[in-house]
Amino acid sequence: MNLTLKIWRQAGPQAKGSMETYQVTDISEDMSFLEMLDVLNEDLTERGEEPVAFDSDCREGICGMCGLMISGHAHGPEVTTTCQLHMRSFRDGETITIEPWRADAFPVIKDLVVDRSSFDRIIQAGGFISANTGAAPEAHSVPVPKPLADRAFESAACIGCGACVAACPNASGMLFMGAKITHLGSLPQGQPERWARVQNMVATHDAEGFGGCTNIGECSAACPKEIPLDVISTLNSDLRKSRSQRH
Amino acid sequence: MTDLIQGLYSEGEKIADTKAPAGPIDKKWTQRKFDAKLVNPANRRKLDVIVVGTGLAGGAGAATLGEAGYNVKAFCYQDSPRRAHSIAAQGGINAAKNYKGDGDSIHRLFYDTVKGGDYRSRETNVYRLAEVSADIIDQCVAQGVPFAREYGGLLDNRSFGGVQVSRTFYARGQTGQQLLIGAYQALERQIAAGTVEMFTRHEMLEVIVVDGKARGIIARDMVTGEIETHLADAVVLASGGYGNVFFLSTNAMGCNVTAAWRAHRKGAYFGNPCYTQIHPTCIPQHGDKQSKLTLMSESLRNDGRIWVPKRAEDCDKDPRQIPEEDRDYYLERIYPSFGNLVPRDIASRQAKNMCDEGRGVGPAVVELQEDGSEREVRRGVYLDFAEAISRMGKDAVSAKYGNLFDMYERITGDNPYETPMRIYPAVHYTMGGLWVDYDLQSSIPGLFVTGEANFSDHGANRLGASALMQGLADGYFVMPNTIRNYLADGPFDKLDESHPAVQEARQSVESRVERFLTMGGTRSADSYHKELGRIMWEYCGMERTEEGLKKAIGMIRDLREDFWTNLRVPGQGRELNQSLEKAGRVADFLELGELMCIDALHRRESCGGHFRAESQTEDGEALRHDDEFAYVAAWEFAGDGDGRMSAPVLHKEDLVYEFIELKQRSYK
Amino acid sequence: MKISMALAGLLFVFYVLMHMYGNLKLLFGQKAFDDYAHHLRTLGEPILPYSGFLWLFRLLLITALLVHVGFALHLWSKANRARSSRYVVKKAVAATVSSKMMRWGGIALLLFLVFHLIHFTILKPNFNSGETVVEGSPYSLVVAAFKLWWVVAIYLLAMIALGMHLHHGVWSAAQTLGLTQTAKSRATAKALGVLVALVVAVGFAIPPLAILFKIVGN
Repeated sequence: MNLTLKIWRQAGPQAKGSMETYQVTDISEDMSFLEMLDVLNEDLTERGEEPVAFDSDCREGICGMCGLMISGHAHGPEVTTTCQLHMRSFRDGETITIEPWRADAFPVIKDLVVDRSSFDRIIQAGGFISANTGAAPEAHSVPVPKPLADRAFESAACIGCGACVAACPNASGMLFMGAKITHLGSLPQGQPERWARVQNMVATHDAEGFGGCTNIGECSAACPKEIPLDVISTLNSDLRKSRSQRH
Repeated sequence: MTDLIQGLYSEGEKIADTKAPAGPIDKKWTQRKFDAKLVNPANRRKLDVIVVGTGLAGGAGAATLGEAGYNVKAFCYQDSPRRAHSIAAQGGINAAKNYKGDGDSIHRLFYDTVKGGDYRSRETNVYRLAEVSADIIDQCVAQGVPFAREYGGLLDNRSFGGVQVSRTFYARGQTGQQLLIGAYQALERQIAAGTVEMFTRHEMLEVIVVDGKARGIIARDMVTGEIETHLADAVVLASGGYGNVFFLSTNAMGCNVTAAWRAHRKGAYFGNPCYTQIHPTCIPQHGDKQSKLTLMSESLRNDGRIWVPKRAEDCDKDPRQIPEEDRDYYLERIYPSFGNLVPRDIASRQAKNMCDEGRGVGPAVVELQEDGSEREVRRGVYLDFAEAISRMGKDAVSAKYGNLFDMYERITGDNPYETPMRIYPAVHYTMGGLWVDYDLQSSIPGLFVTGEANFSDHGANRLGASALMQGLADGYFVMPNTIRNYLADGPFDKLDESHPAVQEARQSVESRVERFLTMGGTRSADSYHKELGRIMWEYCGMERTEEGLKKAIGMIRDLREDFWTNLRVPGQGRELNQSLEKAGRVADFLELGELMCIDALHRRESCGGHFRAESQTEDGEALRHDDEFAYVAAWEFAGDGDGRMSAPVLHKEDLVYEFIELKQRSYK
Repeated sequence: MKISMALAGLLFVFYVLMHMYGNLKLLFGQKAFDDYAHHLRTLGEPILPYSGFLWLFRLLLITALLVHVGFALHLWSKANRARSSRYVVKKAVAATVSSKMMRWGGIALLLFLVFHLIHFTILKPNFNSGETVVEGSPYSLVVAAFKLWWVVAIYLLAMIALGMHLHHGVWSAAQTLGLTQTAKSRATAKALGVLVALVVAVGFAIPPLAILFKIVGN
């Protein structure tokens, strides 16, 4: 198939960007979206132009490195990561708009590449269980009820891609944060730091310039791992309870 | 040193590991931890350690060193340590917990791993791996890793290829992700505590060696393009494997050999570079614009049955129309006791054999034959769940493998509940890597190598669910205990950036970058990478021959020469430049590829993932030659000039088996 | 902060339900409605002075309004700062019309509130020259007003806006208060949002329509 691509080009963090139009031809529908961009870049390199910078690494939908706004949808029209989106989801002759995640907490570095280190800093604020190497008790000493273990697992499936922020009309990071709060807060091991964790993470989230949540639900709909909205409710509940806890 | 052998390499002095203490094998690690010198807590913060790579081995290592109080600098090329490719491991992690009471023990895990590696690994290292495996599970559970649990709240286990006990801990199909996130969170905690300074989007381009000791690295900030010098008392490489030398592999796009190769060029020996693992259950290639291959967990082999049609003329039929009696469940037929659960190398090679015989399935692709002719071959075999669905029900199959089935359908557009999956082997893991001793120290003092980047624990073939085990064992438990023996002699002499060795390292990086940008040729780095990959896959892939390898060496040399004259790298150095990053990585792969072929050529036996067509039993199984090749091949870089690498020097480390009897491997 | 906003919002939900209930008394004739209005002013007597309860409640409502609107504006400006450069193309997948209309709808409701207070509480202008309003009878004031089609139209539009605001607001408050931690409770909260929205909008719409179509108030 042949496609028209409108791609955001921005030379650097301070540069002014703009949408540029490109054509790609002979695209097979078995190709992934990023392989289609590889073809464009190979073409641009051959013509002596600078290829489009975009992030990707594992290309199997788990590392969370890729992430593009494709015709207004975070990660494109399917519920998956950009790297797992295949060209059979598009029509021959279609015009596709490709933009970076847009949020002030995710500043653009170049073209479609953004800086998501704000997510790391939210984790640094408390998204962990303090357990020094070698100090762990025998794994079977604390049984975990299966429903709790399952909920922890579902929340832990977050890949930190940032699609929730990108899709949120408020550019809020609550789904990302709620997933971590729920993951660690569901487990017995996560209880000692539970209340401090939620307060510190929320404070860092707000300081990083993310927006507030208004419970619209775009985040969960865009999430390639289908993290449900109820992790945000859990976060809210923990935040409320944390005020009356000693920690 | 000997004269040139086959015109390709020479042989130097033998080497040996001197760090593993004498005594019974189950006491060695305790003894070594006791013997290793201590560093008092107040001195630790005066000691700088650089960790390159933040996957399971590097992330766990950096976090643990940070907790201990060392002054750590960690580097990764991704935008966050959470992206490292350890995250993609699906199946699980082995540990000798014997929670199932099925006769597992440290010794059995040790034995299985040595046997699985086809008796080409070092006994002492493997025993230690099995010994610390149980601690890893404890550590991960304490960190909040959500392993699968039973209704009673205890941890669940499953069995994995190549063994007969259930010792694999898992978190649905995302075990690697969950373990990595655990290590990542431990690392972020140390970053917040100020013990670890993190450098994301940084690529290590050179190691600094001063007076024979590793004292730092040169790295490029991939956002600003600035070349930076980082000095330290010790350097840990945890930079992963080099499977991307094949271009198409299950590795991430960014996985590369540069950190390890730069260290090799500075004096670190490269161990067993030809040992690569080809994973049997990957999704077949769909076209020539493909950028990577996708693996599906080997756990699929627990319930799926692998087959091809008995007759070549059935190969283009709808598989559901082929009656039972016309199907060849070849693994069950050839290996009745292990069946579909034979080790990866065997499952892969048999799939290749079936396709070579003309009984492969899926679209036929044109292939270049060794004699230069072309023929059409179908590269795929069926992995069929029809029997499992009728036995367990569709819901049970979906609960166990649903995410893998979804992934398959997303990539191929076929529904595996309806028609059998098509699979084909793909490059997955490299058992070879920088040579290290029992302390995980390379042949450069002060340079430690952990995880997939070292050669140490898997011999010639890695068993399923052992990579995660090794990465975390090295990172959490081994390296932090052995590096202190080295650091106890520090802090070493204060270094200045103006030191000639530091300057030399920095200038070599700067001039290389400059050369890439000014070469002004016509071809992209990617196009060279693809061509190299095709050569490697054809001649140094699942089956290797003397003739093919010699041819490949010539082809790689020609390609490398063309690369250095005809490469085009658009853009500037002082900015984010992904073309420049690729160019550097491909340049190193082009050198590594040659060494891999030389290693494969010199090892005139078949073992594990290394199958030499000249060395097989009558029924086509790998035939080892223990009398001649029971050694680790550690290669020393011998310099280069005029675009040619000088013949490398081979150092043999004899493998001595004191506790396990050397046997021809059998899974029949 | 958002918890206060949610609590203030829920206070309004309670208030509009009571208000609606009172309005429905209109259907039972002048006496029922006027007695109700009078009773509101004598509630709590003699401990409280005449209209004392009403003023206390109004004070509470004004505070809640300030909190609710204040935090809403804060969230709005925070969202604008969090995405200072906009998408060229952006499509909504999960957002309901109600959720997208929260901010502009909220402003519309605020404007309506000002109008409504002037209309029935502060100045009480009589737009209808054809009817006389009896002093001290809210019933006659209301009946006079809703005999005009355009007044009814303004109120009906406002009730649609209020319904939509409540539709998203009730669910959103439940989520913010952390009451929706399972898929089931999430569905319940969303259903409750729809229910409250419908009850309030329809309940408020009945008296004006009944007057306009001359079912009551003749």
